[in-house]
Amino acid sequence: MKEKVNQLQKEIEEKLKLCQSKKEVNELKTYYLGKKGPINDLSLMLRELNNEEKREFGKTLNELKQRIISLIEERLTYYEEKELNEKLEKETIDITLPSTKIPIGSPNILEHIIEEVEEVFMSMGYDVVDGPELEEDKYNFELLNIPKGHPARDAQDTFYIEDETILLRSQTSPVQARTMLQAGGDKPIRMICPGKTYRRDADDATHSHQFMQIEGLLVDKNISLSDLKGTFDVIAKKLFGENSKTRFRPSYYQFTEPSVETDISCFACKGEGCSLCKQTGWITVSGAGMVHPNVLRNCGYDPEIWTGFAFGFGAERLAMLKYGIDDIRTFYQTDLREIKAFDRKEG
Amino acid sequence: MISLNWVKDYIDIKDENLKDLAVKITKAGVNVEAVIEKRIDHLVIGEVVQCEKHPDSDHLNICQVNVGEEIVQIVCGASNVRKGIKVIVALPGAILPGNFEIKKGKIRGCESNGMICALFELGLEEKTEETYSKGIEEVPHNIPVGSDANEYLKTDDTLYELDVHKHRNNDCYYHIGFAYEIACILNKKVTLPKDDFKEIEKNIKDFIDIKVKTDKCPYYTAKMVSDIEIKESPEFIKQRLIAAGMRPINNVVDISNYVMLEYGQPLHFFDYDKLGRHVLVRDAKEKEEIITLDGNKRTLRSTDIVITDGKKPVCIAGVMGGENTEVDENTKTIFIESAIFDAVRIRYTANHLDLKSEASIRYGKGLNFEYTDAALRRACHLLQKYANAKVYSGTLCHDKVDKTKKVVTFKTEEVSQLLGLHLTDNDVKTELKRLDFPFEVKNQTFQVTIPRRRLDIDPNVNDIAEEIGRLYGYHNLVSTLPKVETRRGVYVGDVKLRKEISRRLRTLGLNEVKTYTLISPEMANHFVYEQKKSISLPNPMSVDKSIIRSTLLPSLVQVYEYNKARNIKDILLYEISKTYDSKYQEDSKVAMLMKGNYIINEWQGITTKCDFYCMKGIVENLLDYLGFKNRYTFEKEKISDLHPGMCAKILLDHEEVGIMGRIHPSYVKEEVYVCELSMKKLYEKQIKPLKFKETSKYPSMIKDVAFLVDNEIQSDIIKEKIKKLGGRLLESVEVFDLYENIEPGKKSIAYKLTFQDNNRTLEDSEVLDIFHKIIQGIEATGMAKLRDK
Repeated sequence: MKEKVNQLQKEIEEKLKLCQSKKEVNELKTYYLGKKGPINDLSLMLRELNNEEKREFGKTLNELKQRIISLIEERLTYYEEKELNEKLEKETIDITLPSTKIPIGSPNILEHIIEEVEEVFMSMGYDVVDGPELEEDKYNFELLNIPKGHPARDAQDTFYIEDETILLRSQTSPVQARTMLQAGGDKPIRMICPGKTYRRDADDATHSHQFMQIEGLLVDKNISLSDLKGTFDVIAKKLFGENSKTRFRPSYYQFTEPSVETDISCFACKGEGCSLCKQTGWITVSGAGMVHPNVLRNCGYDPEIWTGFAFGFGAERLAMLKYGIDDIRTFYQTDLREIKAFDRKEG
Repeated sequence: MISLNWVKDYIDIKDENLKDLAVKITKAGVNVEAVIEKRIDHLVIGEVVQCEKHPDSDHLNICQVNVGEEIVQIVCGASNVRKGIKVIVALPGAILPGNFEIKKGKIRGCESNGMICALFELGLEEKTEETYSKGIEEVPHNIPVGSDANEYLKTDDTLYELDVHKHRNNDCYYHIGFAYEIACILNKKVTLPKDDFKEIEKNIKDFIDIKVKTDKCPYYTAKMVSDIEIKESPEFIKQRLIAAGMRPINNVVDISNYVMLEYGQPLHFFDYDKLGRHVLVRDAKEKEEIITLDGNKRTLRSTDIVITDGKKPVCIAGVMGGENTEVDENTKTIFIESAIFDAVRIRYTANHLDLKSEASIRYGKGLNFEYTDAALRRACHLLQKYANAKVYSGTLCHDKVDKTKKVVTFKTEEVSQLLGLHLTDNDVKTELKRLDFPFEVKNQTFQVTIPRRRLDIDPNVNDIAEEIGRLYGYHNLVSTLPKVETRRGVYVGDVKLRKEISRRLRTLGLNEVKTYTLISPEMANHFVYEQKKSISLPNPMSVDKSIIRSTLLPSLVQVYEYNKARNIKDILLYEISKTYDSKYQEDSKVAMLMKGNYIINEWQGITTKCDFYCMKGIVENLLDYLGFKNRYTFEKEKISDLHPGMCAKILLDHEEVGIMGRIHPSYVKEEVYVCELSMKKLYEKQIKPLKFKETSKYPSMIKDVAFLVDNEIQSDIIKEKIKKLGGRLLESVEVFDLYENIEPGKKSIAYKLTFQDNNRTLEDSEVLDIFHKIIQGIEATGMAKLRDK
């Protein structure tokens, strides 16, 4: 008996080795484990044995059966995996083929730089405020220490809608005046007001009748020009890199006194001199100064108590410098291929 | 243009490096844009010792020229070159104007080692037919051979080209003012030029009187000179005028210009014999006419100021003199005017006459009466010296100038505080002395009197701080941060909503554009859907930018056209900008444009076309994001410039907030869809706070139903009725299939009905009951029939 069992096990093991496919293993399984198979034949022989022999042989037979099932399953798994792998192999795609274009929009280049500037200022406590583009002469000029007939008005050749009363704002400073008046003269102010402005300039590569300013204002107690310098140091580092330096040069604006022009060390050549900075190592980015006492007074703040500084950037100029754009019309014509590049974070 | 040779008359700068000085001046606030050296190196006086015709040319000569240490051969084409004359020779290495470098070379085979120069070739005269035919400059015989020709030519000068900020023009636009600026930078003193003269017995008051009948002429002063000799100006006057960019004419005209360039005070000389015995200054009469010095007839406005002889105008004040009283070669007696006119009026007059002159620019910036007087005396001095003028005694003067002194009182710490510097009283004293601002100190309080030449300084501490700061040097500033409350800034008002909409539309695939607010009337004619009038500019720069837009859509169409012309196929755009109507009402608009495909993978054949429903999806997504879910509807509407069958108005809480649709094919042929929303209206709406809503834990049941309806019936109408009939357990109704023209004039719309209860599993029978009730209810309306399966 035992011999027969061993012989059978050997036989099955041999045959399994010869199997070439899942199908052949299954055939083997059907034959050996089936009702008319050799194992069943052996189990029929159990009837002729006494109880003790029965128990012993039954156990042996059962072990054989389990062993064979396990061998066959192992083999079946092997072929299943093999077949799956072959199938998957056949499904291999060309991963270099183009992707599906997921629709995602880009910001306008100006908006890209404005949002960056806004983030820097908001982190320093400045609110972002908006104001009308169709503006009253009062806010655009008069409250800002530019009375009627002042030569500064000639320089900002303005689009008037109604003679000397309604105009398209020539600067975003009126938002500062409005903000001060609204604050009522007894609260500190920190704000920036990015927005569109208009002047009668013929459009060419460097001039635009419509352009964007990012002006800012801080009004508080005991504010000094050194505070403006310190603020600019932070801005320059955040916008143009940690190694940026700033310098002030005396300048003139009607609504600030003292007034300065702010240069940053050229980020292209690190201050060594290149074509971008015209070999000076410095690039002018902003006009700024201490808020003129007349402006404070006009807007409800007592200059004996309050001081402040104001500054202004040209958004186009910043973007042109930073991204190497040489024609200001680029911003307003919008070639979609050009703005697509700006749908990404700053490097 | 400032001549440094000229400035040297008033301040000692002979030991200064003029390039370094320019840097110092710039740092202190007056921009020296360019330093121009007039000097030309390798320019010497030579003598032509031999002159022969060139063998191969009829106009060239071969000259042997003694240049001091040697005799060089130079080929010269000038007609006046000849043996024995002294000339100006540019030797090899000299760089003439236009960056023209002289080199050794051969001219038609003959060696030439330099160039014999004409004045125009040295940039000292204009190149005209006259100067060209004059030929090379012939130098007087007393000038030594081999000497530096720059000395003879007086080109040993350096010029500064200034970019003076508006407020400083007054005092830096003339040489004495500029000398004061240098003086405070170098801490030196200014010496004013001589202005003494002898007067004859005749008194001006016996010959002429002045009357001023306008408040726009606060100061008018005059003197008279006679027996003048009109001739060429002395060399130094000519040279300096040329250096400053003015053309010398004759001694009298040149002196008036010379004094203007010294003191910044324009003068006007009238020929007394043409002028007569009276001068009346008044406002011009509307349409009054005068022929000015340049021969043009000018029509005046009542805002102009004129000088008259009591009747007719003889000069447009501050702008240009009249032909009728012009000084000419026969003039013997001159009436000299030195006056101040209202700066705003002068600018206005110069603008409307388009007559900006050296004089009008200076009047337009304002003048100070001390220099009005000084200039008058200086002119008499120079006329006596260089035109042999006899100066009449007496001076006429109309004086309504406010002579209040500008005084500022402050303490050092106020200046320190403004600048953020730690200044001492002595620092402030030092800077004030450099500025030559008279001051007193009492109880540590400074009292400073602003000199009249500094018209730009207002009597307040900020102006003083600026003057001290710029001299003390801004490089001395220490960077500090304002001591203010720590907080993060916020977007104020509708700025936040604008940013939210903007970011969402980008996420949805639309690209942000910025376009011009000013558009053409042609553009403004399109998409007039709000019955609003646009603002037309009264004085536009050009027609294509003459209207302030009240909708952004025409501008987006322009961007679409621009990109289409560049072969870009898929164009998804949005813009958020302010618009205005003729009542000056502001509305920020959110405009979108879609054309082409939304999602694309061409090789796989996957495309989602931009159509009405794609645009609608964008709008719905945006409105849902903004918190308006279930509060908006789309209603069929006819809108100009939109396809009559493919356009809708968008309602939020039953109020129209925008429009959308396909652009009318007669306007844009391609399939282009647009939408415009009023951000102002969206901003005014309130939304509920965000809250979590649990989904039902019990299974839902879905029933499909298709109805046959007339083609004109809109799917939403049936949907709303189903919803009403379905009651509480009907959770949602969605269209999932559509067959158009399934039979003539009819279409089939299939709806998916989802039933659900939050607290239990629904029974089949109860859902079926509701479902049948819905079908019966819909059929009962008579507009739809259940479609047979």
